[in-house]
Amino acid sequence: MTADLRTYLAHVELPNPILTASGCGGTGRELAQFSDVHRLGAFVTRSITMAPRAGRPTPRMAETPSGLLNAVGLQGPGVEAFLERELPWLAERGARTVVSIGGGTVTEYTALARRLAGVSGVTAVEVNLSCPNVEDRGRVFARDGSAAAEVVASVRAATPYDVPVIAKLSPDVADVVAVARACVDGGADALAMINTPVGMSIDVDSMRPALAAGTGGLSGPAVRPLAVRCVWQVHAALPGVPIVGMGGVTTGRDALELVLAGACAVAVGTALFHDPYACPRVLRELEELLQARGFDRLADVVGLAHRPAGAQPRTRTDLEESSL
Amino acid sequence: MSREDLVAGSPVQVTGTVLTTRRVDAYHALTVVAPGIADRFRPGHFVTVAVGGRNTSMLTRRAFTVHDVKPDYGGTVELVFGVRGAGTAWLADLRVRDTLDLVGPLGRPFPLPRDPCTCVLVGDEHGAAALFALGDALQQRGCRVDFVLGAPSADRVFGALRARRMGETTTLTTEDGSLGMRGRVTDVLPGVIADARADVVYACGPMETLRGVTAVAAEFGIPVQVAVEERMACGIGVCMTCVVPVIGDDGVTRMVRACADGPVFRGERVRFDDVGTIPFDALGAPGGRHA
Repeated sequence: MTADLRTYLAHVELPNPILTASGCGGTGRELAQFSDVHRLGAFVTRSITMAPRAGRPTPRMAETPSGLLNAVGLQGPGVEAFLERELPWLAERGARTVVSIGGGTVTEYTALARRLAGVSGVTAVEVNLSCPNVEDRGRVFARDGSAAAEVVASVRAATPYDVPVIAKLSPDVADVVAVARACVDGGADALAMINTPVGMSIDVDSMRPALAAGTGGLSGPAVRPLAVRCVWQVHAALPGVPIVGMGGVTTGRDALELVLAGACAVAVGTALFHDPYACPRVLRELEELLQARGFDRLADVVGLAHRPAGAQPRTRTDLEESSL
Repeated sequence: MSREDLVAGSPVQVTGTVLTTRRVDAYHALTVVAPGIADRFRPGHFVTVAVGGRNTSMLTRRAFTVHDVKPDYGGTVELVFGVRGAGTAWLADLRVRDTLDLVGPLGRPFPLPRDPCTCVLVGDEHGAAALFALGDALQQRGCRVDFVLGAPSADRVFGALRARRMGETTTLTTEDGSLGMRGRVTDVLPGVIADARADVVYACGPMETLRGVTAVAAEFGIPVQVAVEERMACGIGVCMTCVVPVIGDDGVTRMVRACADGPVFRGERVRFDDVGTIPFDALGAPGGRHA
């Protein structure tokens, strides 16, 4: 028997909870060489910007213990080329597409949301809040609850009611719950966490920073405890808000950990660089783990780790035997 | 499945068994049973391998050019590499019958001339490994093949013997003069091109060498195909870390992926002087005219 792995991002039903993390699945074509993109819960695009962007100089990547530092700088062709060449391809293949958007000003985010409004094939819009705010001396939106909420509110207003807006949060904040709450108050239908925390590596041979940009985002299993903590705290504070958990997921066990912490969907990122089949593999492993623990519905496990100590997990059997 | 289907077919991931390991001067060579990859291989393709075994802390795949494919055991590929870090050290410690996770073939292969012509194949250090499959393919098309191989020292010149057997002529260079001519491959290349009346140059090696080779070919006004070496994390085109500035057919410079859009480019299209930077006139450059 197969487990019921359906999950919901606000009202949008996904057939399974495994997504690609933004910026880790290319345009979809690269992964499609290995497995069908429509078998993903959803495909999350790299962050789309208004104009084409060349990104950062190389070296853009440095390997760290169980982690990867990257400073790609949102390289991409711009929203027009994306809508012309990339989104139709994904739609043709039946992929549910979450379009990630990035900008330097609230106006830019709003313009992107307007451009995407009414375009067929957009399942949801993810707001990448880890972009520097040009109007605030380059301070990242996600570090400031009110700036994040302003972006989310304006994107929400420009997006059709039936397309959920997902706010992607950074762990590099004093209080992730405060930022999460501000985004939900601003109209976010779901939250995604975590974006990469900022790290740095220095090459001791050349005695220079390993990345041309100096600092970069740290991803991979090294950041997973950070992700679990953020998902846990936000789910505890806002139990009704769907959370897409991500950060160092490489196996079904890792995905289950985030689900137990409160995520109803899980994105796979850096693992795709190591194993192009990571998404279907993590999904299969997650299903096997659920069944091995006697669960036939993913929804029964979301946030289960929050139950009081000593309480037994509620299973379907309990419900069937109750007088209700 | 016909051969054409295999070409159009996509890369595959295989867990291959190590068939042989050997030392070749300063380098290591591994032969791995990987039928799916060997069938689809064309000269210029590369493969990536996962290093460190299960539960490894090394997350990025290592990319290697393929030295040779053979039909034994359904298909084998041979990789040649030097130990440069923890990942290649792990690979060098592999024994016969160990397994290795490979993805390939990846990248765009070398374009081959339609009619027989004279080709000079230039290889610097272990970059030379990629040239022998290419030389075979060229000779099958009736091309004349001349080799220029170089390295800092004699033990790092790869494949001199095989080049001597295969090539019409073979010119070796070392920077310390321990083998062949003292100098770099670019020092002897003009002479080789002139003597062979070469029609085309193929080159593999570090960026600095490729830049020099491209400049020489440009002087002679002959086409040059270069296979670039840029640091990669995924090898399949999703991570966007291995970009190089390349001029497109429309004259616009773009930051293109060495793995998915390369690694083979027309030499004159690669902006070698701007590698490691974002040229101001690249598409989407900060403050550029396209921004």
